[in-house]
Amino acid sequence: MQKRATFRNLWLASAFIAPQLLLVFVFFYWPTAQAAYWAVTLEPAFGGGNQFVGLENFRAVFADANYWASVGASLLFAVGCTAVAVGAALVLALFADRGLRGHRLYRFTFFLPYAVPAAAVGLTFRFIFSPDAGLLAGINHVVPGLWNPALDGNDAFVLVLLGQSWKMIGYNFVFLLAALQNLPRTTIEAAAMDGAGVLRRMWDLQVPLLTPTLFFLLMVNITDSFVDSFALIDVTTHGGPARATMLMVYKIYLDGFESKDYSLAAAQSMVLMALIIGLTVIQFRVVERRVHYR
Amino acid sequence: MSDIAIRGVRKSYGRIETVHGLDLAFGAGEFVVILGPSGCGKSTLLRMIAGLESITAGEIAIGGRVVNRLEPRERGCAMVFQNYALYPHMTVAENIGYALKVAGVPKAERLRRIAEVGRSIGLDGLLDRRPAQLSGGQRQRVAMGRAIIREPKVFLFDEPLSNLDATLRVQMRIEIRRLHDRQGVTSVFVTHDQTEAMTLADRLVVLNAGRVEQVGTPEEVYHRPASRFVAGFVGSPPMNVVDATAAGPDTVTFGGLQLTVPPHGLERGARLAVGFRPEDAVPTAQAAPDGPVAAIDLVEDLGALRLLRGRLGGADVVVQTAAGTRHGRGPLPLQIAPSAIHLFDAETGLRLAPRAVRAAAA
Repeated sequence: MQKRATFRNLWLASAFIAPQLLLVFVFFYWPTAQAAYWAVTLEPAFGGGNQFVGLENFRAVFADANYWASVGASLLFAVGCTAVAVGAALVLALFADRGLRGHRLYRFTFFLPYAVPAAAVGLTFRFIFSPDAGLLAGINHVVPGLWNPALDGNDAFVLVLLGQSWKMIGYNFVFLLAALQNLPRTTIEAAAMDGAGVLRRMWDLQVPLLTPTLFFLLMVNITDSFVDSFALIDVTTHGGPARATMLMVYKIYLDGFESKDYSLAAAQSMVLMALIIGLTVIQFRVVERRVHYR
Repeated sequence: MSDIAIRGVRKSYGRIETVHGLDLAFGAGEFVVILGPSGCGKSTLLRMIAGLESITAGEIAIGGRVVNRLEPRERGCAMVFQNYALYPHMTVAENIGYALKVAGVPKAERLRRIAEVGRSIGLDGLLDRRPAQLSGGQRQRVAMGRAIIREPKVFLFDEPLSNLDATLRVQMRIEIRRLHDRQGVTSVFVTHDQTEAMTLADRLVVLNAGRVEQVGTPEEVYHRPASRFVAGFVGSPPMNVVDATAAGPDTVTFGGLQLTVPPHGLERGARLAVGFRPEDAVPTAQAAPDGPVAAIDLVEDLGALRLLRGRLGGADVVVQTAAGTRHGRGPLPLQIAPSAIHLFDAETGLRLAPRAVRAAAA
């Protein structure tokens, strides 16, 4: 009786999880395995048999100074975007939580950017930050040549960093606001009775109690800035000028689909994946210790 | 120590008014308990005193100073919340000392006072723990410590014992009263538990649906309830209340039964409610002619006393008898001393004073 019931449950359980497993397998494990295979073989550009080359592709990748530059740029990009997007969202959420007039409208409008495709964000930012026609063109009237992302690598980097951050702020904001509204109201009120003003309560209570959410957003934002910045860069800077915005994910695309070197691109993908896994592990080991779960 | 004056205080949420013009005065050093069922506005009133809720109309003065527009921290009140409201990421010591830290008290002095308060409320060895590692009773002590350390002018308690189990509740109740007797700080204690109210209060405020039903000492409220509501809310078990009609100046009838009451100058036919405490109904061997007879259908033996539950004149009633009595189910003739009978107007629910002249109902 017991055995039979278990047997039937197993089939039922398998049937329920099959669609999800199928999706994960087809769109995650299979491509990953394929990339791993390409990474250790040499893929002829015009088809034909693969040739096993061991770690030769990785050796080529690591020997390339441009590659290390893209790693550096990616790390800087990840840290910058996460700091701006989480920081700005935290400030917005803390103040929206104060129940200012029209906070429902804020919540809606702040979330909208996340629903905008990265390519559209890029296009918009190209217009807004255009050195001769955009909103920032005024700066160039005062100090000619101060702002030109098409020529100045730093300007271009700031441009994509702001674009990526802008997209993530709304997402972070919604999570942080929801977490804030879940904090027990009496705890905050107790602090008010204890004499803490608004800012003091934010710093002493709300921010520490938000750490589980902040930790989650930290990982999501870092990962997103590594893997999801492709469309933004493709529309705005193409990795330029002078490779200033050549992030790892964009270099993979260029090497793989423009230069048709699948093997080199696959090896870089493996490195990127290892980097993200490594960063996540480090965050769990180091940062999570400072998280206060209730 | 400060007195609190509440003048014409109202509270509305949008168009819905929940507190309808309260006028109360609490003396300095008094222990006032605000008693009422849930939703009667008692917590709202407390939160308006604390400054956590805005005052829609009227004014509240603490120590002669109108506080309507003051921030909570400027009012000199400390509050103990029902769910403790501790800071989960801080240790017990940090929780207790937070107010001092915010006030900029130097660390050495802060630690000295935390240790002192910790000792006085029995949290000595627990100062390094986090709230999550404490039991409910210990958490409530931390919440008390957090209030005590500020040496406030007023203590506000928002149902602080409701989350504790029965034994602990009695113990903390006694500690709160002792604390008040030691420090003499004006205290306002909100509860829906009438035992807490009776045992703690110097003065009791019974609140119902945003209005004051009665203000008085526990004794006054128990022995001379101002309304049918108070009669049915205070006491454990509460007063029996039976709908009746006046049959003469000192007689009422209900369900074909008669009861002699003190002279109230009742007019024949006036509709009333008759109240008597469970302990004031005495079972007798021999029923008076047309005298009250309750139909008992349930006996609860509480050890020290026995509760006989049944029906009388169309209402549920409880009769309290001493332990060892043998009354069981079935008809039970009762004797109720006229002086133990309370009469309430059937319409307004207000207490009828003896010898008041009432017009007959149409």
